[in-house]
Amino acid sequence: MGIGLIGKKIGMTEIFDEHGSMIPVTVIQAGPCYVVQKKSPGKEGYAALQCGFEEIQKVQRVNKPLMGHFNKATAKPAKILREFRVTQEDLEAQDVGSTFSVEMFEPGEFVDVTGTSKGKGFAGVVKRHGFHGAPASRGSHEFFRHGGSIGQNMTPGRTMKGMKMPGHMGAKKVTVQNLKIIDVRGDTNILLVEGAVPGPTNGFVIVKKAVKKQK
Amino acid sequence: MNEMVDMIEKEHMRLDLPEINVGDNVKVYTRIFEGDKERIQVFEGLIIRKRGGNTRMTFTVRKVSYGVGIEKTFPKHSPLIDKIEVTSKSKIRRSKLYYLRNLRGKAAKLKEKRD
Repeated sequence: MGIGLIGKKIGMTEIFDEHGSMIPVTVIQAGPCYVVQKKSPGKEGYAALQCGFEEIQKVQRVNKPLMGHFNKATAKPAKILREFRVTQEDLEAQDVGSTFSVEMFEPGEFVDVTGTSKGKGFAGVVKRHGFHGAPASRGSHEFFRHGGSIGQNMTPGRTMKGMKMPGHMGAKKVTVQNLKIIDVRGDTNILLVEGAVPGPTNGFVIVKKAVKKQK
Repeated sequence: MNEMVDMIEKEHMRLDLPEINVGDNVKVYTRIFEGDKERIQVFEGLIIRKRGGNTRMTFTVRKVSYGVGIEKTFPKHSPLIDKIEVTSKSKIRRSKLYYLRNLRGKAAKLKEKRD
């Protein structure tokens, strides 16, 4: 719940704090986001604000149905549209076209950052689930990064559901909770967040106030 | 690297420190906190390595103390560095002077660079 900010991961660096410790920070260019549509319980069945981020420069590439959607809100076409579920009061407080910027956050606050993690392709159990693999010496032969047994015999006679096995890893929605905001720069729409954030450089992320940890 | 990241890094750089290079003999004055007391510790030696750009730059100083080689790596732009003094510069032919670790005494000496 609650409004968040759509942003773009710019990269990581290190800065020093007042005690001289080095802090790893992620640079996020967040907002300004503008409300394109209000979804109400009466019409759509739930209260939400649909927000747009990053204007599309080449307007001729926006297809007609989507252009119509933006025209209805008299908003500029955005590359990214995301919905934020809000309370009824918040919904009434906001109008179509109102904007949000990094100024909604303060240094020292905690945020949750959601993004799409980097795709790792078809990964084995050591990389995917953190298995330890098998001993490399003492007679091992062609069995180093295997997962071992995946079950019993006649009873139960099948492999349990949810058994950790090799498969596709990454490229899915990941949220990192309780990241501290180090700096907010209103003029360039930059957020400096302590620690790493899911996804590649130039990947889109959503920054929200932390659900679990308050200032 | 992204310009924006570059800009943020440049803001945190220490511009009051002298330019240092590999092969320089330096005195590094660091601020050390012991409880609530603060004092300054000096580490004198030869820079054998410099890596990273902008605020991420670190350099390694090597000295031989009582026959034992000691190396210490400092982040150049750390606020804990009080000052750096360059006492002399040397002629060098490579960017990392790791080979000095295997040399002792006179063999580990570098030719001084005079301007």
